[in-house]
Amino acid sequence: MEHDRRGPALPAARGPVSAAVAGYLRGAGPPPRVEDVAGARAYGDDLQLALYLCYELHYRGFADTDRDHEWDPDLLRVRAAMEQRFLAALYADTPGHTGLDDALAELLVEPVRGTGVSHYLRDEGELWQLREYAAQRSLYHLKEADPHAWVLPRLWGRAKAAMAAVEFDEYGGGRAERVHARLFADLMHDLGLDTTYGRYLDAASAEALATVNLMSLFGLHRELRGALVGHFAAVEITSSPGSRRLAEAMRRTGAGPAAEFFYDEHVEADAVHEQVVRHEVIAGLLEEEPQLAADVTFGIDATGHLEDRFGGRLLADWRAGRSSLRVPLDAQTEHIARIS
Amino acid sequence: MPNVPSEAPRGDRRSGPPRRVTMQRCGPILVDGPVEVELEDGTTVRSDRFRVALCTCRRSRRWPWCDTSHRERV
Repeated sequence: MEHDRRGPALPAARGPVSAAVAGYLRGAGPPPRVEDVAGARAYGDDLQLALYLCYELHYRGFADTDRDHEWDPDLLRVRAAMEQRFLAALYADTPGHTGLDDALAELLVEPVRGTGVSHYLRDEGELWQLREYAAQRSLYHLKEADPHAWVLPRLWGRAKAAMAAVEFDEYGGGRAERVHARLFADLMHDLGLDTTYGRYLDAASAEALATVNLMSLFGLHRELRGALVGHFAAVEITSSPGSRRLAEAMRRTGAGPAAEFFYDEHVEADAVHEQVVRHEVIAGLLEEEPQLAADVTFGIDATGHLEDRFGGRLLADWRAGRSSLRVPLDAQTEHIARIS
Repeated sequence: MPNVPSEAPRGDRRSGPPRRVTMQRCGPILVDGPVEVELEDGTTVRSDRFRVALCTCRRSRRWPWCDTSHRERV
């Protein structure tokens, strides 16, 4: 039995399913049972954390867990049950657009008076809120573009070539210091956050976990390749204007040059990426497999739905004057100061 | 004109395939990178991306690069 020495520590459980998954990974309990999944809410903390733990085994894993768990049939069985719950909820909650053209057209229109998180952070965000936002987003940005790399073997021709080109740009065009995940670590450093991979898993809300689980779900299933492409399109199309607002928020609060640069870079990069994704990845995919148009639309709608939930949760917490995190940042930072 | 081996010196773009530029009525010009753009004041800016989006609506705050400011606002 090979154990991973590196990787983040397993987080605290948030209910019976995540407790069972974490216990099993630690070698301290029996495999989680499929029956237990039925009692967990689809978007709730327990199911989303348990699912996150299962998916993370395909990225970097956790310290002191058995490496063989990545392909453990018992774990895959319970993961499939959780995925079914998650997907069923997403299908039910995204009656969505009548067609792909409608879905794309809506993304390509900029609201004059937007009410999203990036508008809030630009106009009145304080440094502590930017730090919370970055801590929660770090679960994705420290593995930025990784979930999308899984789609490459499932694409062909124009779609594959274009997707690989965009991913190459995400990975810094061959330069380690320009890899977007690295640029985000630099942003975190400016904000006084710990850049260790997985550090803020305990702090992240269920809504934040769900946005990352969605990408892993779409990325790991060939069947959902159309949805993955839709997800990628939604992120890239909405990124430029959103990144501009976040860059302004970083400038206004004096967050630091790397914090500004991360979002400035995304304004420019994603203005190109969204063109390539629409004209080449989506168009190329549908040329080969026109029957996937509905899946691409679903991917777009599911992304919007979960991003809205995440944004809504952040704004509700902040407007009520409370932290959006499950574990205060300062408590984590003090903990880090003690151990380092 | 038939495509015949050229005697032009190496590095002369006229000897290779023409560079493709993608134009849209409502959107940036797309050019394969890297691209060097000479600005009115004689300075040059450079982008090393595999593809570069050049602003045509003149609303970009990162001009000459596209920042999606051409999008319809409602």
